Amino acid sequence: MFKFGASGLLLLTLALTPPAALAERVFVSNEKDNTISVIDADRLEVIETIRVGRRPRSMAFSNNGEWLFVAVGDDEAIDIIDLETLQVRSRQASGPDPEVIRVDPNRPYIYVSNEDDNIVTVLDYERRSRVARIPVGVEPEGVALSPDGKWLVNTTETSNMAHFIDTETFEVVHNVLVDARPRHAEFTKDGSEVWVSAEIGATVSVIDMEDFRIKQTIDFDVRGVPRETVQAVGVELTSDGRYAFVALGPSNRVAVVDQQSYEVLDYILVGQRVWHLALNGDETRLFTTNGVSGDVTVIDVESRRALKSIPVGRFPWGVVVSP
Amino acid sequence: MWTTRSGWTQRLARAGLLAVMVGLWTGAGHANDRDTMKIGLLALEPADDHAPLSLLDTIVRDAGLQGARLGISDNNETGRFLGQEFLLVEEMLEHQADPVEGLERLAEQNVHWIITHLPAEALNTVLSHELAEQRTFFNAAAPDDALRGEQCRRNLFHVTPSRRMLADALAQFLAYKRWNRWALVYGNTDQDELLAGALRDSARRFGARVAGEKQWPHTAMARRAEGGFHAIQREIPVFLQDLPEHDVLVIADETDYFGEYFPYQTRLPRPVAGTQGMRPTAWHRAHESWGAVQLHRRFEKQAERWMQPGDFAAWIAVRALGEAAARTSSVQPEEVLDYLRGDDFALGAYLGEPVSFRGWDQQLRQPVLVAGPRMVVSVSPQEGFLHPETPLDSLGHDRPESQCRF
Repeated sequence: MFKFGASGLLLLTLALTPPAALAERVFVSNEKDNTISVIDADRLEVIETIRVGRRPRSMAFSNNGEWLFVAVGDDEAIDIIDLETLQVRSRQASGPDPEVIRVDPNRPYIYVSNEDDNIVTVLDYERRSRVARIPVGVEPEGVALSPDGKWLVNTTETSNMAHFIDTETFEVVHNVLVDARPRHAEFTKDGSEVWVSAEIGATVSVIDMEDFRIKQTIDFDVRGVPRETVQAVGVELTSDGRYAFVALGPSNRVAVVDQQSYEVLDYILVGQRVWHLALNGDETRLFTTNGVSGDVTVIDVESRRALKSIPVGRFPWGVVVSP
Repeated sequence: MWTTRSGWTQRLARAGLLAVMVGLWTGAGHANDRDTMKIGLLALEPADDHAPLSLLDTIVRDAGLQGARLGISDNNETGRFLGQEFLLVEEMLEHQADPVEGLERLAEQNVHWIITHLPAEALNTVLSHELAEQRTFFNAAAPDDALRGEQCRRNLFHVTPSRRMLADALAQFLAYKRWNRWALVYGNTDQDELLAGALRDSARRFGARVAGEKQWPHTAMARRAEGGFHAIQREIPVFLQDLPEHDVLVIADETDYFGEYFPYQTRLPRPVAGTQGMRPTAWHRAHESWGAVQLHRRFEKQAERWMQPGDFAAWIAVRALGEAAARTSSVQPEEVLDYLRGDDFALGAYLGEPVSFRGWDQQLRQPVLVAGPRMVVSVSPQEGFLHPETPLDSLGHDRPESQCRF
């Protein structure tokens, strides 16, 4: 099945290197290549390319830190990568067209948005079973879990809603209308807010978890760029409550927002069609996937400057940093 | 929801349902009216003698209708979370039927919103009727620029691109390719004359030159006897030989009676574009970006055929109404119309950019695909065609040149 080749050698090298040199790893899903690029977060180089199923998009880590889950949309499955061998060890059926996945912090559950089916599927990755299917609006996309694991938020791209699902009952409890084509949802560290980006609406709605109402809508206006190309997609929030980063799609910018005042502080020029974002462990660096230019931009958080672009595969979509 | 029937069964069904509806209105049914939006679809089936030239193209008799049905289903998926319901009232008429009869039946059922899949003449007949005055129409089929210009109406929105928008979309791509010398061949219908005019205007606007033009001299022939090469293989090179040197051969044949013969039969080795070959179009089965595959899948599951541009247009109209109803929490015409005409209206339509309505002629502001028979080639507007408001307004008649006065 899987050859013990270059990656095996790499594993050997990794095993022989002293622990201090074991850098964080950044995983990038290449939607059109059916691969995951693995970047060494210190050297900022691609150190491995993992073959996965067809159309890999969203990724998430298991709670035990041993596996990386990859939604492979055209295979209607979740590929499970062993983080030691960096190879796909197994696969779990996910229902039609899985796009975004998240892992429950308290239980071995993966939440999957099934874009074609108007369903959020709950999978148990230990028992390899399906726990629930939750009907939502048209074209479910973004999925987020509150830090305490009590609330699951799902955004539906054609219904333009954020659905709030109780993770005990798996029932939709609240529906909040947001701007057009909501793509991504992200909770603040303290769980008091969830930020929902809207691609076509080009806004981020900040929803208060006390009353499930939109307390703020953030607009983006990039000077000298056609309005239609400004599209809000990936959102990443620093855990100290300072910054929010918003990927603005084909405007090729990442917005830096003050997490407290909701003011847009800066726009950072990155690669073409910037899609998703991930901070490294100590939140000093931000990694962006740039779909059209096929690279990852590394941003220094403190200076808010782009440091480097790293070429990866074709149409990089998602990015996560290993815990 | 009504399905298409024919003849007496249809009429009986109508009479029966009408009776039920009247019954509801006289009773306490009013309480629920606030949250229900009724949308009519008024369409004429295509003529029996009008079939596409290529055997690969299926004959579609319900273009528009299936798109509207999908839009209703999408709206209701959202509506169930918001307490709103959308109903489609279908008036799919035979080719020879009088569309005004369809309008009358929609009026009897108190339908305010009407999507039309009608040619320009039939649409104008409907719009001129007194029953049309208090209603709002969405044109999902007629590409005529006149409907958006001197014949424009405040109660008419256009959800399909005009001929000029399509011509501009093509011209921008040809300009990007620097294929600036065009030869133009057009058919003998009124529509082809109008499209040839739009193509000439687009060439002028985007710096191309129509080096020569000719009208195809034959009428629609018995295509099954031709086969595509018997006489055609010799006729087309001879027909084209007196045209001056050109980079691209542009065809205007909206009824599809000769243009499909042209690719590979030209005298010079030149690409063919226009209504055949590489085409500007609102929608295409090969379009896969920006989530378009989802729409194809939903549509094909429902309709068991590919989505046509007319279906896409009707889907947009229904979704625009659904979006307005959701945003305003209302199905009242005044509030919904204010929203559709306002600056906040922006609809996701799988084209990479939001679509909205132009204030000056109520034409949908939309990107246009430029597609070959099997792949999407590009999407216009092309990069570099600038516009003070939005590059999308570089397609079609812009505000300063519009003849429309509401």
